[in-house]
Amino acid sequence: MKVLVTVKRVIDYNVKVRVKSDNSDVDLNNVKMAMNPFCEIAVEEAVRLKEAGVATEVVAVSLGSKACQEQLRTALALGADRAIHVESDEVLESLTVAKLLKKVIDDEQPSLVIMGKQSIDTDNNQTGQMLAALTGFGQGTFASEVKVEGESAQVTREVDGGLQTVALKLPAIVTTDLRLNEPRYASLPNIMKAKKKPLDVKTPADLGVEIKAHTQLVKVAPPAERQAGIKVASVEELVEKLKNEAKVI
Amino acid sequence: MAILVIAEHDNSTLKSATLNTVAAASQMGGDVHILVAGAGCQSVADEAAKVSGVAQVLLADNVAYEHQLAENISLLVSEMGKDYSHIVAPATTSGKNFMPRVAALLDVGQISEIVRVENADTFDRPIYAGNAIATVKSLDAIKVITVRTTGFDAVASEGGAATIQAVGTAHDAGTSQFVKEEMAVSDRPELTSARVVISGGRGMGNGENFALIEKVADKLGAAVGASRAAVDAGFVPNDMQVGQTGKIVAPDLYIAVGISGAIQHLAGMKDSKVIVAINKDEEAPIFQVADYGLVADLFEAVPQLEQAL
Repeated sequence: MKVLVTVKRVIDYNVKVRVKSDNSDVDLNNVKMAMNPFCEIAVEEAVRLKEAGVATEVVAVSLGSKACQEQLRTALALGADRAIHVESDEVLESLTVAKLLKKVIDDEQPSLVIMGKQSIDTDNNQTGQMLAALTGFGQGTFASEVKVEGESAQVTREVDGGLQTVALKLPAIVTTDLRLNEPRYASLPNIMKAKKKPLDVKTPADLGVEIKAHTQLVKVAPPAERQAGIKVASVEELVEKLKNEAKVI
Repeated sequence: MAILVIAEHDNSTLKSATLNTVAAASQMGGDVHILVAGAGCQSVADEAAKVSGVAQVLLADNVAYEHQLAENISLLVSEMGKDYSHIVAPATTSGKNFMPRVAALLDVGQISEIVRVENADTFDRPIYAGNAIATVKSLDAIKVITVRTTGFDAVASEGGAATIQAVGTAHDAGTSQFVKEEMAVSDRPELTSARVVISGGRGMGNGENFALIEKVADKLGAAVGASRAAVDAGFVPNDMQVGQTGKIVAPDLYIAVGISGAIQHLAGMKDSKVIVAINKDEEAPIFQVADYGLVADLFEAVPQLEQAL
């Protein structure tokens, strides 16, 4: 069984973003970039399926500028067998990414596609679901457990108020939530080996997908700052303030 | 053209997230219709018809929609939604699951988790874990939108008198099947709609110690939440997580106990009206957003708080 896993290059999660002074966007100049944390979980899950003998091949895919190859090499160092880079310097919105991935799937015919539930830059949480719609596959979003049994996958999903389990016919799309697994770190020998693994580069034109804008970014502003309040000296003072000043209890 | 709101419900009652979503929809300019898709959900449609500002309720009552499976619901919503200018759902785990699927079926983009309506095609939404607010204009004829419910005050659940119309053929995509559901059973209010929320962080030390804040929660009628650090440490289940990757809450009173205040957590609660922080580290970033900060050992302060209430 072939597993396709997607990785996105985003700002490192430890970096605090700043909005550009002209409010046109956030400032990503000279900012540390990394693999989106939910994509790391997706790669880990795919590699574990291979280690368990369920998957026979793990193919990592990334879309965007040439620099994305850095994250693809990371995925290869973590255990993916080969990589596909769809190179474009244009802004790729979720629906366009889904259309490009649909073409990759048509070529690769994976049984399972594992993706992060959202990227920590745009916070859209939509590409996996869109890809599922375009392919007609079933979807197991926000997964905390994935079990592949024959021609189907049982996916436990993190939903409001608890957990929901669904059975999906394969091929299917899974998007990862935080508790699915704890991603490993790449070892130095594996980082060296990853440099020799195959990495194919394609363009949106090769895949026959037109890049279209569905939204226009009007402006980006910093959020309203919340002012620090006061320190209270005791629990008694706290309760008194909440009752008489804030009037919330 | 009219605006189609997809109701959030459990086949017996309408969830309050729908009321916040109707509030957002009514700022988009047009009649608001509500689609109730489920099984045996007539009572939900009856409730939806009473919601203030709703012109029409559409009821798709079929076993294929019982568990809100995205594969089936998205076929229905994309078919119904063709005649609307906007399709709007709350950004709950259910809305987040099926709405992008609807957008792709209609070949349009989705604008996720809006917190403000600027006009019929322009919306504000948080990006980068709430560290920036993007103003985004939709270029599509049909706008598919999810609503962060804390950004909009709920409309009244009574006062409307919409008609109910049965609609929709059954769509069963046949690609997914509901297996089971394990819902946390609690007498406390739901996190996202509670008036008071008290959350514990890594400082709680272990899961048993959450009993301390549960006692306070019972006195205040509060919901109990947790930081991602407490969830990652295995103290409590993930459905209690408040933060960018968990639930977004904005209660009247939020009490953070033993929570340092990582950006991730602040993104999930900083719109609360009043924030209280109890932490023994006076340098903890949580104090920078707290209206009332108490520098104290939580194992002394929390039992005292329970006594004082």
